[in-house]
Amino acid sequence: MTGHVLVLICEVHPLMFVSHHITRSDIISTVEFNCSGELLATGDKGGRVVIFQREQESKNRLLSRGEYNVYSTFQSHEPEFDYLKSLEIEEKINKIRWLPQQNAAHFLLSANDKTIKLWKISERDKRAEGYNLKDEDGRLRDQFRITTLRVPVLMPMDLMVEASPRRIFANAHTYHINSISVNSDYETYLSADDLRINLWHLEITDRSFNIVDIKPANMEELTEVITAAECHPHQCNAFVYSSSKGTIRLCDMRAAALCDRHSKFFEEPEDPSSRSFFSEIISSISDVKFSHSGRYMMTRDYLSVKVWDLNMENRPVETYQVHEYLRSKLCSLYENDCIFDKFECCWNGSDSAIMTGSYNNFFRMFDRNTRRDITLEASRENSKPRAMLKPRKVCTGGKRKKDEISVDSLDFNKKILHTAWHPKENVIAVAATNNLYIFQDKIN
Amino acid sequence: MFSKGTKRKFSDGGEEISDESLLGARVASSYSLQRQSLLDMSLIKLQLCHMLVEPNLCRSVLIANTVRQIQEEMTHDGSWHMVTEAFCSAGQSPSERLVATEVLCRSREQDAEPKLFSVISYEGCREEEVVADETLCSVSVSDTVSNVCLAGRMGQCWEKSELSGVERDEEALEDSRLGSGEDEEIDTEDGASTESPKTIGQVFGTFEIKNGSPGPDSALEELFSDVDTSYYDLDTMLTGMQSAPKMGPYDLLDSLAPSHSSPSIVSTPNCRSDLNELDHIMEIIVGS
Repeated sequence: MTGHVLVLICEVHPLMFVSHHITRSDIISTVEFNCSGELLATGDKGGRVVIFQREQESKNRLLSRGEYNVYSTFQSHEPEFDYLKSLEIEEKINKIRWLPQQNAAHFLLSANDKTIKLWKISERDKRAEGYNLKDEDGRLRDQFRITTLRVPVLMPMDLMVEASPRRIFANAHTYHINSISVNSDYETYLSADDLRINLWHLEITDRSFNIVDIKPANMEELTEVITAAECHPHQCNAFVYSSSKGTIRLCDMRAAALCDRHSKFFEEPEDPSSRSFFSEIISSISDVKFSHSGRYMMTRDYLSVKVWDLNMENRPVETYQVHEYLRSKLCSLYENDCIFDKFECCWNGSDSAIMTGSYNNFFRMFDRNTRRDITLEASRENSKPRAMLKPRKVCTGGKRKKDEISVDSLDFNKKILHTAWHPKENVIAVAATNNLYIFQDKIN
Repeated sequence: MFSKGTKRKFSDGGEEISDESLLGARVASSYSLQRQSLLDMSLIKLQLCHMLVEPNLCRSVLIANTVRQIQEEMTHDGSWHMVTEAFCSAGQSPSERLVATEVLCRSREQDAEPKLFSVISYEGCREEEVVADETLCSVSVSDTVSNVCLAGRMGQCWEKSELSGVERDEEALEDSRLGSGEDEEIDTEDGASTESPKTIGQVFGTFEIKNGSPGPDSALEELFSDVDTSYYDLDTMLTGMQSAPKMGPYDLLDSLAPSHSSPSIVSTPNCRSDLNELDHIMEIIVGS
């Protein structure tokens, strides 16, 4: 796969054909592939989860890999009302994380602002027939009609996919949950809100351990919040969390029960020449992701993506500008609140490329080896099925070339905040408001 | 963008004003206007934050930090002098301005809970931001009319800072910058609540309250802390919509930046009718 990705980006060869474009009734708020890439889960503002499953490859369609079709849909969270505080709790799904598959069923964690739920998604393709006490349609049989005893037999039926909530982890977060992350021990997971991070055991719902607490004694002294957190992919004792001040802390759970003191502190020194009143806001990290190798981590702030080597705390090893042309527009973006948009980022399976979203339904991919980058657009008008995606370019000044878009005509309501990359292949899922796009590259 | 441009000091009167320094003055003044506009916008955002049922904490923290930065810078280069000028040049006379503020500052009953202050006072501010407001209000220090009303709020502010005993650079700076005039204010004012005030208008304190974690406050304060939030909810329900903030300092903001108004500024309702509404609501809640 690695060689393939290099070719993909190196030749600025865009991804080809739109495999799927789905319009939802609600804004998509999270997208996540499972560990094998066979399933793709999306959560939306209405508290629903829709899971897509990849079709098995068909020998007849040589040029295509499997398409993603709807596998299961269920209502994960409902709107709640907290009577004590007179507050409504949104049902919007903030994050979905899959558990590694251990048997035939699939498990995922879904979180809204306050509650995390463990869902079991299982298939049923057989049903028992020939019950003694009830009819085929479920009605109870008259007792005196039962004259013989029989053993029910399993008969095949149409595939049914059922989702059932197995655990509900509630009442542990005072503030809004922004991250959940499954630990590599497959027994625990962490959940983070603005000020605290809790560690849960997947089997235990009535208590959790608080492992980070940055709430000051006096709330007036609050100047920094937690923005994202993730467990290390291999070391079950390590996790990171990012802050609104652009810092990342790596913590070791072996060091203390309360990991308020970090093991490592990552911060890039500020460039004094570019300091402005917006410096802090744009340095706020909206997403942090470990590489699959566990050696690096990636952070997304408003204008850039940075790759950090876990062994070097004083600066990132790579910095990629996502939309530097917005730097001169920060005041307007502050006014319309776009400056607070939280973009996510993701690695490809081999950690050789990274992807993140932007405005105007643009998303960006960067090849770490060749340092090439590409801007693509997720929109129905520009993506016909099986057609190549055309690279896009934003004109930053001077004469606008044909096919370029000027900064002022960018649509800031069309933002791509959530993207996901298949863990093994070059298949990506891009959420554009209430539309989901799945792109994959053509095999040559 | 908002990077700091080269600023020159205003030439003192009596010297020849060269072209260069004129240009410098213009650049500085344009920067100050921009900065003021940003401050206004930020304060409005913070106030609007409070109108929402459960504001986004991260966003509020970032905006509050921005306000603090601006206020620090304004304090550093003493540009609150310019704010003074703008203030005085506003259409309304300073005394009228201050009366409006006074009516808002003073509660109906003399010994009303400090919570009431925070309900009607500059809700959107943390301690540092109150200083910003004070910076703006400190105009009154030099005026003779001023002292009565604003003293009440400022006194509480300083009381608060003394009580908390937190040593912070900003406070030290404020002390030195704004001079000992403040202390005099505390001495001369009367009618300020004798109860130890919960901090005026806490952005994050309100979060605290909303989230129900009990502090070390007296039961009475807690009662009123509940009143605080339910006031907003009640207000929202009564008016049936997100109403504009009914804050006195809104007038101040408007008057201070008369030449440019941020498009996001919501029109300010009449303060007096809001007070009547407030009284009415308080009656319902307190059951008097």
